[in-house]
Amino acid sequence: MTAYLRPANLNEALRALGNGTRLLAGGTDLYPATQNATLAGQVIDLTSLPEMRDITKTPEGLRLGACTTWADITGAKLPPALRALQQAAAEVGGKQIQNAGTIGGNLCNASPAADGVPPLLAVDAVVELASTRGKRLLALGEFMQGPRKTARHPDEILTAILIPEAALAGRSQFLKLGARAYLVISIAMVAVRITAENGHIISAALAVGACSATAQRLGLVEAVLVGQPLASASIDPAAVAVALSPVDDLRATADYRIQAATELLRRAITLTCRALT
Amino acid sequence: MRISFTLNGKPASFEAPPSLRLSELLRENAALRGTKIGCDAGDCGACTVMLDGASVCACLTPAARAEGKHVETVEAETETLSHLRAAFHRHGAAQCGICTPGMLMAASALLTETPSPTPDQAKAALGGVLCRCTGYTKIIAAVCDARPLTTALAMPDAGAAVGAAAPRLDGAAKVAGDVFGADLWQSGGLVVKAIRSPHPSARFSFGDIELWAKAQGLEVFTAADIPGVNRFGAIPPFADQPALADQVVRLRGEAVALVAYEDGSAPPDLSDFPISWEVMTPLLSPAEAMVPNAPRLHETRPGNILIKGVVRRGDAKAALANSAHIASANIETAFIEHAYIEPEAGAAWMDGNVLVIRACTQAPIMDRDETAAVLGLPHNRLRIIPSAVGGGFGSKLDVSLQPLIGLVTLKTGRPCRMTYGRAESMASTTKRHPAQMKGRIGCDASGRITGLEFDGVFDTGAYASWGPTVANRVPVHASGPYFTPHYVAEAQAVHTNNPIAGAFRGFGVPQAAIWQETIYDKLAEQVGMDRLEFRLLNALRNGQTTVTGQDLHAAGIAECLTALRPFWQRALAAAQATPGRGVGIASCWYGCGNTGLPNPSTIRLGVTPRGALVLHQGATDIGQGSNTVITQIAADALGLPLNQFQLVGPDTFLTPDGGKTSASRQTYVTGRAAHAAGAVLRADILRRLNMGDRAQLSLSGATITAREKGQIASLALDAMEANIHGYALMAEETYDPPTTGLDENGQGTPYAVYGYGAQMVELDVDATLGTVKLAKITAAHDVGRAINTLLATGQIEGGIAQGLGLALMEEYLPGRTENLHDYLIPTTGDIPEIESLLIEVPDTHGPFGAKGLGEHVLIPTAPAILNAIRHATGAEITRLPALPHRVLAAIQKARS
Repeated sequence: MTAYLRPANLNEALRALGNGTRLLAGGTDLYPATQNATLAGQVIDLTSLPEMRDITKTPEGLRLGACTTWADITGAKLPPALRALQQAAAEVGGKQIQNAGTIGGNLCNASPAADGVPPLLAVDAVVELASTRGKRLLALGEFMQGPRKTARHPDEILTAILIPEAALAGRSQFLKLGARAYLVISIAMVAVRITAENGHIISAALAVGACSATAQRLGLVEAVLVGQPLASASIDPAAVAVALSPVDDLRATADYRIQAATELLRRAITLTCRALT
Repeated sequence: MRISFTLNGKPASFEAPPSLRLSELLRENAALRGTKIGCDAGDCGACTVMLDGASVCACLTPAARAEGKHVETVEAETETLSHLRAAFHRHGAAQCGICTPGMLMAASALLTETPSPTPDQAKAALGGVLCRCTGYTKIIAAVCDARPLTTALAMPDAGAAVGAAAPRLDGAAKVAGDVFGADLWQSGGLVVKAIRSPHPSARFSFGDIELWAKAQGLEVFTAADIPGVNRFGAIPPFADQPALADQVVRLRGEAVALVAYEDGSAPPDLSDFPISWEVMTPLLSPAEAMVPNAPRLHETRPGNILIKGVVRRGDAKAALANSAHIASANIETAFIEHAYIEPEAGAAWMDGNVLVIRACTQAPIMDRDETAAVLGLPHNRLRIIPSAVGGGFGSKLDVSLQPLIGLVTLKTGRPCRMTYGRAESMASTTKRHPAQMKGRIGCDASGRITGLEFDGVFDTGAYASWGPTVANRVPVHASGPYFTPHYVAEAQAVHTNNPIAGAFRGFGVPQAAIWQETIYDKLAEQVGMDRLEFRLLNALRNGQTTVTGQDLHAAGIAECLTALRPFWQRALAAAQATPGRGVGIASCWYGCGNTGLPNPSTIRLGVTPRGALVLHQGATDIGQGSNTVITQIAADALGLPLNQFQLVGPDTFLTPDGGKTSASRQTYVTGRAAHAAGAVLRADILRRLNMGDRAQLSLSGATITAREKGQIASLALDAMEANIHGYALMAEETYDPPTTGLDENGQGTPYAVYGYGAQMVELDVDATLGTVKLAKITAAHDVGRAINTLLATGQIEGGIAQGLGLALMEEYLPGRTENLHDYLIPTTGDIPEIESLLIEVPDTHGPFGAKGLGEHVLIPTAPAILNAIRHATGAEITRLPALPHRVLAAIQKARS
């Protein structure tokens, strides 16, 4: 096999996967990780597979090919439940990064500050992993295991992100906080999706990123929201704080992250509730 | 692999590794070097190209992905690009020009979809391209004004150059991609890489280098190969930095060896370079370095103190004891990275027995002197040719790779080239000094300043660099532009194993201004005075003496504050009606040129027998515009139109010494030399023609004509003999500012000319998140005489952007922020509306009255921002940058 493969189809890619093989999508993480002019080792360029770069409606919901770029997401016509994902896509890096970077790459790179994860957690996303052994599905929350760590086996390719039909209901909002306007790694970010009926919350999905080893849903805080009136929905800061486990780093203190995440959740909930009324 | 695609409309095909960065393929294989490399990480956008119409970072794009596609670079000849180039030139949107190709390509992608964008659309489209010079304002304006040009750019007539908003004379080159340090080299030579220390403090020894080099098929150079004195430094008496470390390293990133390999061959694997490290405990703060038994970084500097600077006048202690009001502050600032988008780069070759070094620099003569000493060469065997410089801001005053590539070419006799990576540039080059500043300022019941005590400790890092300048400049300036009768200010530069702190736009004065200007707000509050009026009351006026005992003339601070008054009153009223809105103000003054030391500039101006009017302009233009400004001054002094001048840029073999581009001295000092050269040449012509002072000159072909009141006389240049420089007529003039050294109390006349300014910030604080959003900055700067209003406002906008970064986001942490995504500088979306007010209080020393401006513009921004945050929330920020978590903590502290 050559050091650089642009496979004609997924099977060719899967057969080529071996020890030390690197999967290349947008390149926005692999290239910055090296000081060299070329990528070392064997590289499989997944962007040659058209079936991995489309957004399709399926009987079960919505399917995002893993190599769908941020710009594809921003430009697609998607239900309001995915507005948060579109907002996140429009805030990743600059236009150049949005034109190259992919949603699948964002998940596989597994940064605690990955912008794509909270909006996808808020729509109960499931990842599709393919190997020569077949396909398996895994909830996104289980796939993301920690900083730079996922449940992907070395012989697997993340081929798609699936969003169940039920999670495409309601409205959503993404809010990100950083120290400058563009090209910024999040200090904290939240994605919120709420469904409502008769002025009351039926279900709420709250996800927070950059405030724990991997972005996470806040189940207990969500549960308290159910049944609350849209006009006065509120959350318990103590419950948010308990759910998160941020770290001090060069961008912010852990204590600040908890306060910021709580405030961002409040604002995102208010914006979403307002959109629902 | 063969990769074929359409490149700028034409078929192209290259043999290249498939995963080669497209940026490399374009520059190395296609020889299209308009595409710049600033970071190789997608953080700066300088390499932006269009791939099938979409903007991408070429550094993140595998070459193979271009197969069958359309690639468009800055070299493309499209209608959209030509409109954009013209608009960038017209608006002064390119300063150094290194980000310009990326900006043009990102803008081109935008205009393809949105032909008439709004400023917000332009900001979003260009948000992925960093610029460190312009503050983006003129770039956004240019993008929104890209239209077909119906007429050529207007150039001023004879005698009307000074004061005109003339577009840069080197602007056409800037918008075409220009030729920077990494863009020109001799083929068939060597590529040089440095082996650098991963440790801030260590001893090291080499293994069998010869064996390793042989196995790798390359050459290695170490300190043992250096033929001259392996020690350089910007200030010769303090020279202490080895070009290549000898047994000991004192900072992370210090070079210990060079490897040189054949250009065009695969880069060697340096991971098994035979070196062993004995890691020592580093001193990482002045506090650690100053403890009595701390190890010394330099044997001759006890206590690790590089130098102490002091200014003493009157009896500050007694004055403070008798003051009605006293306020104090403890302020801590961070290492600040210059973050020019061009990492250090250059090439060397032999021309006969002369070593030629072409590299990015702010100071070609200093480069020559320092490099010649390291290489043991006489000055006539070393020629320094500055490349186009992709931003400097002080760091490129120090030599970086000049002695390194010089050594390789000298030892091998072969051409070579070297380009620093972003991490390498950030780790190994200088930074702004972190400061720990404390002290107090007093005033009487009516608000007049009585006395000031200042004590500053500046972390100067591993080597001296410009530490002595910072330690001397800070005490001279820590009063701010205010009459301060009793004064004591001491600044110490302390060695640590941190990055070398050197020159950065303002030499420590911006840090001191943060301390002084934030205290002024507290004092005004105690007195019960409006903060602007309090400053105006104390503003230095003509005839008053400064803290160094200098009698001032041409003081313009009161004029700046007065100009801001209507803006200030409107903003205060608006803030009262706007929750979270804060308004802040701060002033600056800054002495132009070296502190009490000679710093002459020489300008040569000649006319050839064929009628070419040539200006030898040795002031290195690092984007600030000296190529244009110096020529404007010469043009009006001579009386010929600007567009007839041909420039010979800095070159140690062709141009007299224009001095270094630092200390806001070029417009003033080199400008004065240019004024003198122009005037002498004019007088020579008029004398030869027996015409009076008021005659109008014109140059046509090989004839100079003078006209006055119906009288006409002509000089036939082609009948004259050329001198050894090739000129029929020539003037060469030198100017050195009249200054005196400072005595043991810091008393004297350190500068002949000071510039002044005041800036006002309106911002909104989100008091729950601690985030700050700037709404507007109004900047009044006394420039004496605005030689070029377009370039002057460009300096103001760019300085403000850097001041904003210093205040809100920039903090360099060795080993942790050696890239442009962890080290944050402002993007298009961070810059508020900027309104510039050019104030002209002419200085008799300056050419046409002009004063310096380059550094002044950065100084007031950060304190004005902090004062506005305090006005909005009561929060007092004592540690910079004011990141959201620090602002929120300060708000909560103020409330409790």
